Amino acid sequence: MQYGPGCFLNNETAPVTYLPGKNGHERPLTQIKFNTAGDLLFSCSKDPVIDVWYSHNGERLGTYNGNNGAVWTVDVDSESRFLVSGSADNTLRLWSVASGKCLYTWEFPTAVRRVAFNEDNSKIVCITEQRMGYQCAIRVFEINREGDGTNQSEEPLYLFNPIGSKATVCAFTLTPNVIITGHESGKVALFNVETGQEIESNERAHSGKVTDLQLSKDRTYCITSSEDKLARIHDTKTLMVIKTYTTETPLNSAALAPTQPYVLLGGGQPADIVTRTSAREGKFETRFWHKVYEEEVGRVKGHFGPINTIAVHPAGTCFASGGEDGYIRLHHFDDSYFKAQPFGAIAAED
Amino acid sequence: MATTVDDIDYSDIEAKYGFDNMLVVDGVPVIDKSKLEKLVARICKEFSRKGVSIKPEDVYMPWNDSTGKSQGFIFIEFKNVDDANLALAAMHNHPFDAKHQFKVNRFTDIERYANLDETYIEPETEEYAPREHLRAWLADPQGRDQYVTYRGEDVEIYWHGKPSQSELAMKPDWKDFLYVAWSPLGTYIATLHRQGVRLWGGSSWKPQQRFAHPLVKLIDFSPCEQYLVTWSNEAIVVPEGAPQGPQYLSPDDEGNNIAVWDIKSGDLLRTFSTVSENDSPAAKKQMQWPALKWSPDDKYVARVTAGQMISVHELPSMYLHGKKSLKIEGVVDFEWCPQGDRDREDAEKDALTPTNGAAKTVKKARENMLVYWTPEVANQPARVTLLGFPSRAILRQKNLFNVTECKLYWQNQGDFLCVKVDRHTKTKKSIFCNLEIFRVREKDYPVEVVELKDTVTDFSWEPKGERFAIVSSNDPNLGNPGPGITIKTDVSFYQLEHGKNDFKLLRTLPSRTSNAIRWSPRGRHVVLATVGSSSKSELEFWDLDFNVEDAGRREGQVSKEEWGSGIQLLGTADHYALTDVEWDPSGRYLATSASSWTHTLENGYAIWDFRGQEITKQIQDRFKQFIWRPRPRTLLTKDQQRQVRKNLREYSRTFDEDDAAEESNVSAELVALRKRLVDEWNAWRMRSKAEFFGDGAQRAGKEGKTHSETEEKEEIEVWIDEVIDQVEEEVVE
Repeated sequence: MQYGPGCFLNNETAPVTYLPGKNGHERPLTQIKFNTAGDLLFSCSKDPVIDVWYSHNGERLGTYNGNNGAVWTVDVDSESRFLVSGSADNTLRLWSVASGKCLYTWEFPTAVRRVAFNEDNSKIVCITEQRMGYQCAIRVFEINREGDGTNQSEEPLYLFNPIGSKATVCAFTLTPNVIITGHESGKVALFNVETGQEIESNERAHSGKVTDLQLSKDRTYCITSSEDKLARIHDTKTLMVIKTYTTETPLNSAALAPTQPYVLLGGGQPADIVTRTSAREGKFETRFWHKVYEEEVGRVKGHFGPINTIAVHPAGTCFASGGEDGYIRLHHFDDSYFKAQPFGAIAAED
Repeated sequence: MATTVDDIDYSDIEAKYGFDNMLVVDGVPVIDKSKLEKLVARICKEFSRKGVSIKPEDVYMPWNDSTGKSQGFIFIEFKNVDDANLALAAMHNHPFDAKHQFKVNRFTDIERYANLDETYIEPETEEYAPREHLRAWLADPQGRDQYVTYRGEDVEIYWHGKPSQSELAMKPDWKDFLYVAWSPLGTYIATLHRQGVRLWGGSSWKPQQRFAHPLVKLIDFSPCEQYLVTWSNEAIVVPEGAPQGPQYLSPDDEGNNIAVWDIKSGDLLRTFSTVSENDSPAAKKQMQWPALKWSPDDKYVARVTAGQMISVHELPSMYLHGKKSLKIEGVVDFEWCPQGDRDREDAEKDALTPTNGAAKTVKKARENMLVYWTPEVANQPARVTLLGFPSRAILRQKNLFNVTECKLYWQNQGDFLCVKVDRHTKTKKSIFCNLEIFRVREKDYPVEVVELKDTVTDFSWEPKGERFAIVSSNDPNLGNPGPGITIKTDVSFYQLEHGKNDFKLLRTLPSRTSNAIRWSPRGRHVVLATVGSSSKSELEFWDLDFNVEDAGRREGQVSKEEWGSGIQLLGTADHYALTDVEWDPSGRYLATSASSWTHTLENGYAIWDFRGQEITKQIQDRFKQFIWRPRPRTLLTKDQQRQVRKNLREYSRTFDEDDAAEESNVSAELVALRKRLVDEWNAWRMRSKAEFFGDGAQRAGKEGKTHSETEEKEEIEVWIDEVIDQVEEEVVE
């Protein structure tokens, strides 16, 4: 730990590092996700296996096998019963978290880039890639939670093609059937999935591709990261930009820390020019910014390549980052993290 | 009909055909009729040679019937107006033969000028509009300096002082230019556009002057800001219809690359070509810039024609001084001696006192000097020559042997001259270095030699001082730069030992990577930097008089103390991938920058104080340029400066009070800002929560459910068996 006016993480913040190859991912991580209880961490990467880990010690609990291509995205329901994943093999799969069995597979003409459960686990939304003459499509599926979960409807509940720039990330908001999306052009928008209508949009939310979108615990606001080196907090109802965090590197992921007023940002130089630079130049650190003051407070080093994805434990006790280098690094916050008040005592709402 | 020629109404013909395609050519030889055909044929040929073909029928030659001879002018009718214009441009002042020169005019012009109204109308006197003071920034009550940054397409000018006083001074909307440059005394800032150079200045940064040199790439101001030199890699072309006048390039300037301008009037003084006729194509090497070197008082400007001569031009006429160049066989390079503060005072006194005999008591100001060197040619040794100018008297000459290359370094007061001589051994396999140091203020210009075994890559005099620093290296990689290679260097400081009158080593700092020396403009402090390396980017801040409290009393003390003991490292810093290092004019701050012109990694700039403490650091995409605004020489006399130094303690007390007051202000402001931010955040959170969960009950139930779930904790009892130690004992009975 180094840098910053109010360093609160010290060397005792012991990272648990997963070795690639032997028992873990061999390829760049694409998304990691804690379950609601926070005891499990799901990870997917450009290899076709989804892993699940114990978050307290980093031991691998199991894998979900069956995909035939890079797995781009993963999400778990709040009961930790179903896991949903989207892959480059053009499939959307529903898994049983406990048994590791694939319960249902939907097939599409193009790859699945993003999946997300809604709040009461009754629906999932998925984005499919714009490719080979197919438009970018957003589909919503009803999840039949009765029985063993294998009895799912093949047809989507809703299907629409967003007009203009293709969507890259999405999530359900609190309003029923309204999703928030981030687009390649930097646009952030609200869509009604029933009608496919764009309710609200902020064309200039970012000036580069939106790379990640994570909701606050109560889903009233979200944080987006972008290639334009900015991360922003938006109100999920009005799309008003509440906060902006300006860094000096393209960002791949942004996460909100519960309980403490921080946001975690990760990124680094794009993979294609990274080989020509040293780790020093690449800025492969997880950066901590003060959520309210928009000031950087600390960095955590460790990755050898850009950070692709960051997730924070729902209780805010640890965080994990997944890198282009194929490692997931899990850090437990030490006492000083909770005690430190880098800019004086404040009482900011979560 | 009894009409005269004048009465004929031509207006219908004029309207239809016009006379615009008619030219009157004067200065044609006066002939008799027998030679008419021959002459007309020759004239046609001359015109055709310039690209305008005419036929003998188009030429009309009026005759003086009484003498039977021609009148010395002719009319030529062209096919169209364009041809006429072309012929006008090409043939005006054309020397037809030894005695005759064509004077070409438009037919319509002659009529127009003949009918010109002769009455004089007095031009209206323009009302005097006071102009902004160009040095207004010096009157800043807080005594701040300015700097300019150029990033992406944006130029910003900032004030720099204490953190609370640093603010944006100006964000001009200048568009489409290559880069910006300050004039040497900070009066103007120049931008280089496609069309030419613009100067801006004054407190509102209004345009002050412009110089229409298309595609200008490099500029150089004269030391007193009176003149400007511009250079473009494209030879000057004056298109047809281009505006003409003293401020514009004329057709005579075509083909040249360098232009000299008067800054106040904007007039073009002269143009030069960088290519001389007898240059062999093989000799084409990189152009030196500045190509024209100014004497420190702006009186002369000189340029070298490699191997042949130095041409010195007088200002403002730009005529060759003494009507001839200094012919020096083999001359490679030269430098003017800078003017010291003392010289400048003397020169000012000289200018004030009348030039009659009464002024004998006043010390005459030192004459301008220049130094040049010639390599070894045909059994002649290489030679460094010190020359007085305008007297052209050779003041000192020094012969050198086995010379590969010489570099000339003047100390900024003109007290010392160092000639860095790269010498080769007899086998020409290895290179070593001699420093030939001329003490220019002393009688007969004594020369001291410092011999070094290594190659010296950088040399720098302490401004206003008697010390210099060198970067030397014996790294085998020297001379073959490659990616990732950082050359190991040694940095050494030398100082003049007054008793012995020679330069003695103060201290060597071994095995560094530093390759740039930056002395503070006030001397004493020096920064060693590693510039242009991809792996090292260290800055070292050194103080050479750490033990001496008052720099004013320095001279006497140094000899008593242990030699070199005052050298102290104040701090080190690191600015990743820095490309430029520059002191502010006061010597209090140092700016380092990483420009996107060189690379695209962490572009931006940082400002440090002289101890190496970071004041500010800005990482900005597409950052290009950082330049401090130079300051002119102080107006305080030596005595006033001494007074200031003496009363420093009293001044500093008031400054300390200011600082303390401000600091509390700043922190109060910051606390208030943060409180406001938190309040705003909380207010928004309350609002958005109320919007979503206004109905309360249903939502609360849900939340409650998840809460109770998380609170249910499983208790697991784990028994652990651990073998702490195992000892095998053999029991012998």
